[in-house]
Amino acid sequence: MQILQEISEVLQSGNGEKVAALTKQAIEKEILPKDVLDKGLIAGMNIVGEKYRSHDLFLPEVLLAAKAMYAGMDILKPLFLKDGIPTLGRVVMGTVQGDIHDIGKNLVSIMLRGAGFDVIDLGKDVSPKKFVETARKEKARVIGMSALLTTTMVVMKRVIDLLRKEGLQGKIKTIIGGAPVSAEFAEQIGADAYGYDSMNSVDCIKRLMEKE
Amino acid sequence: MPNSNEMFNPRPVLKFLDDSIIKKIITEARSILGNLGVEIHNKEILSMLHDHGAKVDMTKGHVLLTDDVIDDALKKTPRSFKLYDVLGNETHDFSGYEVHFTPGSAALNILDSNTQEIRRPTTEDYVRYAKLVSQLQNIASQSTAFIPADVHEHISDSYRLYLSLLYCEKPVVTGAFTVEAFTVMKELQVAVRGDEDGLAAKPLAVFSCCPTSPLKWSEVTSQNVVDCARFSIPVEFISMPLSGFMAPVTLVGTLVQHTAETLSGIVISQLTKPGAPVLYGGSPAIFDVRYETTPMGAIGTQMIDCAYNEIGKYLGIPTQAYISLSDAKQLDAQAGLESSMGATLAALAGINNISGPGMLDFESCQSLEKLLLDNEICGMALRLTKGIQPKEDFPALPRFEELLKEQHLLISEHTQKYLKEELYFPGPVIDRANRPRWQDEGSSTLLQRAQKEVEKLIEHYAPSRLPDTIKRELTKIMSEEARRCGMSDLPRIDV
Repeated sequence: MQILQEISEVLQSGNGEKVAALTKQAIEKEILPKDVLDKGLIAGMNIVGEKYRSHDLFLPEVLLAAKAMYAGMDILKPLFLKDGIPTLGRVVMGTVQGDIHDIGKNLVSIMLRGAGFDVIDLGKDVSPKKFVETARKEKARVIGMSALLTTTMVVMKRVIDLLRKEGLQGKIKTIIGGAPVSAEFAEQIGADAYGYDSMNSVDCIKRLMEKE
Repeated sequence: MPNSNEMFNPRPVLKFLDDSIIKKIITEARSILGNLGVEIHNKEILSMLHDHGAKVDMTKGHVLLTDDVIDDALKKTPRSFKLYDVLGNETHDFSGYEVHFTPGSAALNILDSNTQEIRRPTTEDYVRYAKLVSQLQNIASQSTAFIPADVHEHISDSYRLYLSLLYCEKPVVTGAFTVEAFTVMKELQVAVRGDEDGLAAKPLAVFSCCPTSPLKWSEVTSQNVVDCARFSIPVEFISMPLSGFMAPVTLVGTLVQHTAETLSGIVISQLTKPGAPVLYGGSPAIFDVRYETTPMGAIGTQMIDCAYNEIGKYLGIPTQAYISLSDAKQLDAQAGLESSMGATLAALAGINNISGPGMLDFESCQSLEKLLLDNEICGMALRLTKGIQPKEDFPALPRFEELLKEQHLLISEHTQKYLKEELYFPGPVIDRANRPRWQDEGSSTLLQRAQKEVEKLIEHYAPSRLPDTIKRELTKIMSEEARRCGMSDLPRIDV
């Protein structure tokens, strides 16, 4: 449908006002909200992701597109009152205990929301207990942990140990990221994935969900 | 405290010479031209110089150029001129400290894109080159970068220009190998512009004309200077003194010789036609007495280039140099370091036409992969010339309030407005990925990335917008010239 294509295009250009206006128009034309979401907003963000990977778009343009997507989502949310807006899954995000560096984690959260995930961002200095309790309570499928310091990256293992102790390892997947960590470290501590940048983290989380 | 907005010029400028030493070099060069003179193997030019008061010995082909003759020529030399692409759009302003990059020209060989082995280039290589250079943002003009070996040698110069005009819209830095070739090369340009007046009003190509060191002009190159001047086709003088061999070993001594040879070219040009556009150029080099070679990547060579550019600027003439190239045989670290050092120095010195990108091996081998890398080097050098200047940075408080509130400035209006103007982002040939991403994307070497990108750009080439009628006219002119040289058909090309 033409209007869904238009929503995708204005979203790619980062124009939130137009995305909101076109989303309203689409609903008025009685297009199913799920189609507006999947074939307009999410489709646009997927193209943005591809263009970012191929260097045709830069990070600020991706963030603006994500912001434009939220503008469209705000229109759609009330229409999904019963079951809530469909998402790709719920992810709990946080910078680990003792660490207040949250720039990378924030970027990943923005990218995840842009890709259609439901993100609960616990912020920084998050304890293992808080990660695990929130994930269980909110039925999250993935915990994303970030650290900038070699002294705090060890906390990531404590989160995974706690998940294991609670019998949740495997049911709730884990992904880690941040300057001092690596794929080798992820394997060493038993994390399910390692994301080397925000877009890669989104891709990894999608793959983790597919494996279930 | 001075008002910074009024007084600060952000453009960084590199200088090796002060006015007193420049004056001394010019005085010594004039003394050489007046006392030792120049050999010019061209009776028509000698006769013309005689008519203008120069002391000419027709039997020896020798002329002494007096200060009066030199002053007369310098007064007539244009202080600036412009170039225009095949569609007539202005692309170059040769004035002040404006800098423009162009590929190194007239290589005999090409480094094969796949094998990275040296070989003679063909028409197909030239077409690939033209398609590539048309998309390189930091390379302002195309040069006739190498010589296709699959056509008769008598048309190898005009044929390059023909292919360039067909495939790429950018103006061309070129040159004629014979007196006769000039005519057809002029006709090709006239076909693009419509008539000779149109070509004079909007120059399309710059012709390199080279004196022979020390202090000689062959019949062909001196006649090329005259022919270009008659049609107001811009010339760049390419004096090539070799320090310690065919020139004094000192940089200043080499500069004296370069000045004398270049002034002699200016005299020929301006006395032929006052106001004919010229670039104060060159391709001097130090002589490496260990290898008997003329390294273009040598720091001494690059210093001579920048310094004679200062002399040209002192005389009020726009400048050119063969700099930002390398003597390496492959796209290796030496190729990168010599080219980037040259491009950086040249850009800072304000050399108006910088020839070199893509070139390896003492100006004898072009590489498309190196040209792609050099395009990035040029982009960085061009950014450097813009210097550092405030862009809505004062007062700083609101920006920092925004930062603390939003926690980042990635989508700030200020960022959106200035991101791509303030920061230079190179293409994929330059590795900026973190190690895991680099590994994820294939752990590619610079050469592999360059090869991939070259093929991608060639594949995405959009044909030149030059009207088909003109393209057909160019082919008609070139085919006739080929037949004149005994070639019944030109190599097949797909325009």
